[in-house]
Amino acid sequence: MSLPKPEELARVSYQPPARGWMEVKPDFRPGTYCNAASPKWLEWIDYPYPRAWSVADEDWQLPENWKEIVLEGMEDRLARFRSLKLFFDICVRCGACADKCHFFLGTGDPKNMPVLRAELLRSVYKRYFTRLGKALGELVGARDLDESVIREWFFYLYQCTICRRCSVFCPYGIDMAEMTILGREMLASIGLNIDWALASVAQCYDKGSHIGATPQAFKDMIDFLAEENERITGIKTPVSYNRKGAEILFVTPSGDYFADPGTFTLMGYLLLFTYLDLDWTFSTYAAEGGNFGWFISHEMGKRLNAKIYHEAERLKVKWILGGECGHMWRICNQYMPTWYGQVPSFLEVPVSPITGTVFENARVHKMVHISEFTADLIRHNKLKLDPQRNAHIKLTFHDSCNTSRGMGIFEEPRYIIRNVLPEGHFFEMPPNTIREKTFCCGSSSGINANENMELRMQGGFPRANAVRYVHERYGVNHLGCICALDRATLPTLLQYWVPEVEVTGITELVGNALVFEGEIERTTDLRDRELVGVGEQEGGEEEE
Amino acid sequence: MNFAQRHITVALAAVLGLIAVAYVGVQGNLQLLFGVVVPYLALLLFFEGIIYRVIKWARSPVPFKIPTTAGQVKSLPWVPRTLGDKLDNPESKAWVIGRMALEVLAFRSLFRNTRTELVSDPKYPEKARLVHWSYKWLWLGAIAFHYAFLIIVLRHLRFFFEPTPQAIALLSEIDGFWQFFIPTFYLTDIIIVLALLYLLGRRLANANLRYLTLASDYFPLFLILGIVSTGILMRYFFKTDITAVKQLVMGLVSLKPVIPAGISPLFYVHLFLVCVLLAYFPYSKLLHAPGVFFSPTRNLPGNNRWELHVNPWNYPVKFHPYMEYEDQFRDAMYEAGIPVEKEPEAAVAEEE
Repeated sequence: MSLPKPEELARVSYQPPARGWMEVKPDFRPGTYCNAASPKWLEWIDYPYPRAWSVADEDWQLPENWKEIVLEGMEDRLARFRSLKLFFDICVRCGACADKCHFFLGTGDPKNMPVLRAELLRSVYKRYFTRLGKALGELVGARDLDESVIREWFFYLYQCTICRRCSVFCPYGIDMAEMTILGREMLASIGLNIDWALASVAQCYDKGSHIGATPQAFKDMIDFLAEENERITGIKTPVSYNRKGAEILFVTPSGDYFADPGTFTLMGYLLLFTYLDLDWTFSTYAAEGGNFGWFISHEMGKRLNAKIYHEAERLKVKWILGGECGHMWRICNQYMPTWYGQVPSFLEVPVSPITGTVFENARVHKMVHISEFTADLIRHNKLKLDPQRNAHIKLTFHDSCNTSRGMGIFEEPRYIIRNVLPEGHFFEMPPNTIREKTFCCGSSSGINANENMELRMQGGFPRANAVRYVHERYGVNHLGCICALDRATLPTLLQYWVPEVEVTGITELVGNALVFEGEIERTTDLRDRELVGVGEQEGGEEEE
Repeated sequence: MNFAQRHITVALAAVLGLIAVAYVGVQGNLQLLFGVVVPYLALLLFFEGIIYRVIKWARSPVPFKIPTTAGQVKSLPWVPRTLGDKLDNPESKAWVIGRMALEVLAFRSLFRNTRTELVSDPKYPEKARLVHWSYKWLWLGAIAFHYAFLIIVLRHLRFFFEPTPQAIALLSEIDGFWQFFIPTFYLTDIIIVLALLYLLGRRLANANLRYLTLASDYFPLFLILGIVSTGILMRYFFKTDITAVKQLVMGLVSLKPVIPAGISPLFYVHLFLVCVLLAYFPYSKLLHAPGVFFSPTRNLPGNNRWELHVNPWNYPVKFHPYMEYEDQFRDAMYEAGIPVEKEPEAAVAEEE
């Protein structure tokens, strides 16, 4: 399959098909869907009905009693989640959510309007669980559950990135993300999963991170990045692994040590921790902050997340520091203590050993966000920063969906940015595309595979479009974010839509700007790019 | 007939049918049925249905605290938070009340509404731009409809009390401030008609909305339009005996129903449509009214990290514990210099 050109994808038609939505069936065109999960992964994590199947097949080899399983699964979830029952009952189909979804804006497919995507599930609820639906059928949006409905669920529930933008605009707060997770749970209950997500989950379950790095490989990767730090800055940034009695356990998503540009953010963490002489350790076991498990089910999310507290208890650390990651922080914020079921009393209320700040806002959770931690350091003048070392960077900031709409961390990263960049180098994207209204990268929630690239480029279109606006208007050349999935997916997206803009983590910028005592002269940034003014007489004033 | 046409036609036919049923029924001297039995039955269905539904919602727990956070979370004391942040990402129950009040009384979320347009130049297709306009019309239409409806319902309370409470009389007076018509012309009458026509018109005019709108969405719009128009007809054009109507209503209220003479069939049609609305309410999307209060993305504070939320059905799950992991990788970990709980030799000895 070849990826269409940007000018082709940018021609989005918002004209719905002539036939009604119940009659139109999804078109599984290569490039728009993720591959079926290999049975191996299902076996690793005891998932039901492992089998070799392909999305393109006519026969998906569903278990014989699949309908019963799905309907019982729906009944069970209606009993356990008030959200589901309520969201099924109260939608008025006002359509306020319609043009808020990046997948609708990018594909023009009306079933990507959150209201209609929800209706794909709701129609089954109405048919089997409401009197009016049983009696009036299609007129009230009810329809029989058959295999084509399941195919439709599979297609469209994996065209939702659980970003919650619709739920900000919904007058009743109906949250497609919630329905997507529960819908994916029901699909998984009859053995329908996507390979990209399941492989990551199984690897993380078994080895410790989505990328399936063994403990020794994990150590090698991090040690390599520490050596890179020394090569570029002349500063040794030693790392300890699984060290008992350390004060802080640091957990970050694997995206930060797996590939560029995430790795530069990890180098930034190491520089920062060395600068502070922090008593911290990595764990090769709880080596993953991200959690693809939660993308496919609440239970799988918990099964992966449980490792973090388990390891913190074993290592007898005082508290946990979390790296830059989007969905990791939605989970840490809104699920982790609830999954654990009680206050993790083996941990202490986090206190910054440098500033003495007590993180009262984490007094139950016992986990601090790296941006909170860094912002507090800057606020207390504990970091010597040279913003000129980021003078080659003109930045805009992408609020990640999960930290925005599932937590609300907006100011801390901006505060850091303003302190590590020269004045006038930070530009916001248009107000309707940032903060709580931010647009998704288009590839989150386990669909950042390669085989669905066309869909990813469509889903990321609104984000990229806003980036291009600030690029053209202000000469922005970097997109900052506090999310490892963003750092994995946005470079591909921008390469496609706005190739002039690169993606960076915020702690990478901190790493660039940090001035160590007795350091060698810094001539490049962490990416080996020459700093502004290096090799010139005057320096510093150069404009693009 | 295509999907949209079918759904529009059925809804419209249903409302016209209901009108005909009431009209013909009253012509056939079924005043007792339409004046007494149906209203009682409708009220019964309304309350029974709502209570049933609310209990049903309440019986499903809220396993996770999942507010949609739409503002800066409370974190370090010096991190700035505006009043908007505090309301859109409430830190406590008190702020949640504020958020809910704003949502219910001012339609806060709908007020955020934007409309996105794809602006493209055929000559440079790759330069296509998405423009996100602020778009308040839906908010205006919705809030105009709901408040007009509320005021009209309150105005009708004068039929339920003898003497008419002063507050109701005052409300009617304010509503009828612009007295350029006899009898006093109510502003809310025109507002609700315009708002309903807008809410209906947007569903018909926008192709994507037309694509997703069901008969069950058109039906309440047509039904309320029917109620409003019969009311307006009665008030301004085909007058009915108001005293008799009040007698009928007071009879219902005091549980001593009477059917006074002189009430026009138009009134019975009006009353019947209201009864249908009441009965339809708890089985339809109109449940959004009580439902919004239960919405877990709105009615919970964003304080997860400092106030534990307990899931009543939380159960232990199978995960990969550390010792199993070490057993799997012990030798390699040891070789790489990663600390282990049991040294490889000790582990081997233990196994033997």
